Amino acid sequence: MSELSDLYQEVILDHNRRPHNFRVIDGATAKQEGYNPLCGDRLTLYLTLEGDVIKDAAFQGQGCAISKASASLMTDAIKGKSVEEARDLFEHFHAMITADTDTQQEDMGKLSVLAGVREFPTRIKCASLAWHTMKAAVAHETDAPVSTE
Amino acid sequence: MSTSIAVAQTFDIARVRADFPILSEMVHGKPLVYLDSANTSQKPLSVIKATDDYYRHANSNIHRATHLLSERATGLYEGARKKAATFLNAADPHTIVLTKGTTDGINLVAQSYGRTFLKAGDEIVLSWLEHHSNIVPWQIVAEQTGAAIQVVSINDAGELDQDEYARLLSPRTRIVAVGHVSNALGTINPIKAMIAQAHAVGAVVLVDGAQAAPHLVIDVQDLDCDFYVLSSHKMFGPTGTGVLYGRKTLLEAMPPYQGGGDMIASVTFEKTLYNQIPYKFEAGTPNIAGVAGFGAAIDYLSTIDRQAALAHEDDVLEYATARIREIPGVRIIGEARHKTGVLSFLLEGAHPHDAGTILDKQGIAVRTGQHCAQPVMDKFCIPATIRASLGIYNTREDINALVKGLFKVKEVFGV
Repeated sequence: MSELSDLYQEVILDHNRRPHNFRVIDGATAKQEGYNPLCGDRLTLYLTLEGDVIKDAAFQGQGCAISKASASLMTDAIKGKSVEEARDLFEHFHAMITADTDTQQEDMGKLSVLAGVREFPTRIKCASLAWHTMKAAVAHETDAPVSTE
Repeated sequence: MSTSIAVAQTFDIARVRADFPILSEMVHGKPLVYLDSANTSQKPLSVIKATDDYYRHANSNIHRATHLLSERATGLYEGARKKAATFLNAADPHTIVLTKGTTDGINLVAQSYGRTFLKAGDEIVLSWLEHHSNIVPWQIVAEQTGAAIQVVSINDAGELDQDEYARLLSPRTRIVAVGHVSNALGTINPIKAMIAQAHAVGAVVLVDGAQAAPHLVIDVQDLDCDFYVLSSHKMFGPTGTGVLYGRKTLLEAMPPYQGGGDMIASVTFEKTLYNQIPYKFEAGTPNIAGVAGFGAAIDYLSTIDRQAALAHEDDVLEYATARIREIPGVRIIGEARHKTGVLSFLLEGAHPHDAGTILDKQGIAVRTGQHCAQPVMDKFCIPATIRASLGIYNTREDINALVKGLFKVKEVFGV
């Protein structure tokens, strides 16, 4: 049986209390809102793109510990990566949080603390909100808020 | 077919709990503590059995065939309509439209009554307490007709501002749509007085009774409301069915909502004649099994001393409010003088969604989020709440489990 401690690991609680990159980027080249209306999680993601490279990433907003920790870890992880690499990372992250427990996972580094989410299906949307927001931001797909509900 | 239920003279909580099979369910290895009845109520065995019996012994279409099964199905369906009329103290069962639920009932009134009778410059009065289902249908019809929407605000306790309501009413007001009981905060609105005020300016009133029906005794004649809508699933019946009560003269003046079978008297390509009320609003084959279960749910409630049940629920709500308030870091949202069934609150340092997951692991089902009432959340400048909501089967022990669970949330988050 999945345990609460698998979901609420100390690292996640730390990122919730003191999220990394929790700020506005003045002059960001991409800005995108993400919003899950049913639970009320809301974040704004800021990216500074130079050519194809994400030079800086930051976010602001409010949400549960899982959505905040995920945004905090994601902004750390995508800094310095190309847009293509960031998209790839999203694919792997998404596979990690939705896969069967037994499936062998690629090493996701610091992001692997969120693997426990897969045992809590109702929380997948929390963990993936920042990532879907990032995907829309780099694609300039939409001005409307992104949702994972 | 029907399950006979002995009439209880007083409220026997142990017996009521025994009527609901799911209350002995284990979740995550823990006994279920169900505190989410404002979302949907649990179902007594008699309701489960009534839907099962329908499929076993009566399954067929209503109002259409000459065979025995159709007669049985029609009997169950029309029987439920009569029961609903009695439940609401409506004088005539023909004023009871069977719908898919509260949302369907409101959309029916908005599109049939509203779209026909509203014009540019007219006003619809709503309140900040409303569920999205009593906001969005009116926004749609306002856009279609050019009518404007006025909204009654709420005070810090979560009560409607009655002075503002009186100010907003004018000869321009054509429709007032207001909840009987708030789903997010549990506030009981003084709807009888509000209806009289609306009538004084010539407006019709729709009451959203979804949250009132499982708790309060409803009398549409005493309230003198024009429309009253409710959902079966909030009052111990199946999902996918409910009731729209409408004043007879209004229902008769309203055009059909949807076209189809059963809502017509005669169809030709030259001229189709519509059926009488309520059938002209009931196009297509309805949720017959659900309606059979709904009838059983009304029967179930009729065996219960409603006043004694309400006194029991009030006791549990008062106890919950006192116990939750003692927890350091708790902020209760919605402290109206007249409340029923709902305790909404925040726990400092733990987001409601995280609290919901941690409570769930202890077998405790609450709802977390906006409760389809974003304006209420905006009013209090909060993104979400933890909502514990009660049914007739809840006990002080359930609240003790919730309090213990909330201390576990605090432990996980170190707050």
